Amino acid sequence: MPRRRLPEWFLLLLPAIIVIAAVVLIPLIFSLYSSFTPYKLTRPSTLWKWIGTYNYEKILTDAKFWAAFGRTVLFLTIALNVEMLLGLGIALLVNKVTWGQRTLRTVLMFPMMFSPILVGFQFKFIFNDNIGLVNNVLQSMGFNVALPWLVDGKLAMFSIAFAEIWMSTSVFAILILAGLFAMPRDPLEAAKVDGCTPWQSFRHISLPFLMPFIYIAMTIRSLDVARAYDIVQIMTGGGPARRTELLWTLMSRTGYVDARMGLANAMGYVSILLSIFFTVYFFRKLSAARAEIGMGG
Amino acid sequence: MTEVTLSNVVKKYGAHQAVHGIDLDIADGEFVVLVGPSGCGKSTTLRMIAGLEDITGGEVSIGGRVVNDLPPRERNISMVFQNYALYPHMTVRENLGFSLHIAKQEPAQIKTAVDQAAGILGLDELMDRKPAELSGGQRQRVAMGRAIVRSPDVFLFDEPLSNLDAKLRTQMRAEIKKLHQKIGNTIIYVTHDQVEAMTLADRIVLMRDGHIVQVGTPLELFNTPVDTFVATFIGSPPMNLVDGTVRGGNIQLTDGQSLPVPVGARGLVREGQDVQFGFRADNLMPLGHAVDEVGEIHQVDLTITLTEPLGTETILFTTFGGIEVQAKMFNPRPVRPGEQMTFRLVLDKCHVFDAASGTAIRS
Ligand SMILES: Nc1ncnc2c1ncn2[C@@H]1O[C@H](COP(=O)(O)OP(=O)(O)OP(=O)(O)O)[C@@H](O)[C@H]1O
Ligand SMILES: [Mg+2]
Repeated sequence: MPRRRLPEWFLLLLPAIIVIAAVVLIPLIFSLYSSFTPYKLTRPSTLWKWIGTYNYEKILTDAKFWAAFGRTVLFLTIALNVEMLLGLGIALLVNKVTWGQRTLRTVLMFPMMFSPILVGFQFKFIFNDNIGLVNNVLQSMGFNVALPWLVDGKLAMFSIAFAEIWMSTSVFAILILAGLFAMPRDPLEAAKVDGCTPWQSFRHISLPFLMPFIYIAMTIRSLDVARAYDIVQIMTGGGPARRTELLWTLMSRTGYVDARMGLANAMGYVSILLSIFFTVYFFRKLSAARAEIGMGG
Repeated sequence: MTEVTLSNVVKKYGAHQAVHGIDLDIADGEFVVLVGPSGCGKSTTLRMIAGLEDITGGEVSIGGRVVNDLPPRERNISMVFQNYALYPHMTVRENLGFSLHIAKQEPAQIKTAVDQAAGILGLDELMDRKPAELSGGQRQRVAMGRAIVRSPDVFLFDEPLSNLDAKLRTQMRAEIKKLHQKIGNTIIYVTHDQVEAMTLADRIVLMRDGHIVQVGTPLELFNTPVDTFVATFIGSPPMNLVDGTVRGGNIQLTDGQSLPVPVGARGLVREGQDVQFGFRADNLMPLGHAVDEVGEIHQVDLTITLTEPLGTETILFTTFGGIEVQAKMFNPRPVRPGEQMTFRLVLDKCHVFDAASGTAIRS
């Protein structure tokens, strides 16, 4: 009997296949499977009980989940837009600077160099209602107040968004700056001759050219923000009383604190839809914007 | 009336001076070509007129109004750029109409103006394409169209044809000339190609190293160049320049030949002066293949080293006065290298330049 040999290409790919299976495929299948069970970390035997779509049904009618979902979308929308506008402004200003621009660009990157956990701690201190920087400044300016920055729901959301924006605006600034550097100068000069004011040149010529860069930044950042966890966890832990609960803090609470891993995994799969939606949305926008400036789909 | 006047215009980039005090008067409706070798400051001059470059010194006025401190949009000019500078995200129609849109004209009015320009330039089929979907020649026409729709006081062209192939270039050259005849605006046109300059210009401004060397009609520059630079820059093939010394009323060349001093320079040269003797290929012709022989003739036997047949004429390379020169054979017959022929040099059309300064010696 001739010995059957595995084809060569398969043998060569085998190490890669094994690694990918071990670190991606198996956990993925496992988590998907467990989202159809009442799996509790404290009772491993629950893993073998099939309950169909019970977890999903439960999530879809769960007000807490939808509150976190909505809050995440809101947080994402506000953070991305503010970061985009600030980043655009910063990029335009830095582009005008003729002296020390390199240094400035490096300084711009500083916030990105810190771990989000550190940023979280830093802003937790800054916004602390007793010993925090902000309240101390307010008081020394004569306002006799101690604003509950991290306690009041709205203020806490604001503080978290502030930290997030502080940390990540430079992503937009850097990418948009790259766009500005790549921008051909001639059409801008043609626009000047054609009668454009500086604002009109920006609006009609520069901005369409920058849109693809903005959408790339948006895509990257939407994925980042949709899984915002560390800053929130450090600053408020999703609290107080779930007032700043986002999808990921909710999931980790469900999975690790309440030990209901099956339910948490189901939440994960529902919220992935959010990320997929944003990615698809921004990619569409990106190709449209690229086609617009003649870079092809 | 839109005449353009430059008086003592200077441009400095830091310590580097690109334009050294240029004076130029351009009449209303005139087609002026700035020509010169690469880096001589043509584009810089044009861009100062357009307002895209600050003017370091002197004054630029358009239609009697000093425009030094006006932004481009207040100068009522149009410019066609070397690489066209079309707006990549707009269709041809939008490109053409953009300036009118910015000027807040009525859509109906814009459409009329755009359609008219498209008609003149044959762009009707291309109106809904983006610049990336056009050929070089088509882009060039869109750039021209964009300049036309504004009906500006002055057109500025910066080497608009240099990215086109030879055939298209010839064709577009004719188009530009027709356009000028049709709309009659003042045009300032930059090129480094002397053929373009000769064929298009009412008046040529020849520049070198940020200075104007000579201003005049194409024929003035061709027939009476002020120095050896102009003589070799204008005309193709370039003027032959042979070294010589004035000896006893004749010019003695380095190979020992002696030629009479041409009529124009007679009495203006000193005995013993080192000169350059200049003549064009058109004025050195083989016996029996010459045209337009007038006045004094110098006859000489020369050996052919190379031939370039062009159809109606053949360029012959030969050695004269110790250097390689070019001659022209009209009604050509086949010639083999090494063949010896008798040549006739039309002395009345020859030039004499001072060897040290290069300036023409001419009354
Ligand atoms: N932005 C600038 N900074 C410094 N020097 C410059 C700048 N632009 C042009 N120059 C210099 O000014 C001189 C004239 O340049 P200009 O572009 O006017 O030449 P040009 O005659 O148009 O040449 P070409 O035929 O190659 O286009 C050159 O020596 C060039 O190096
Ligand atoms: Mg130039």
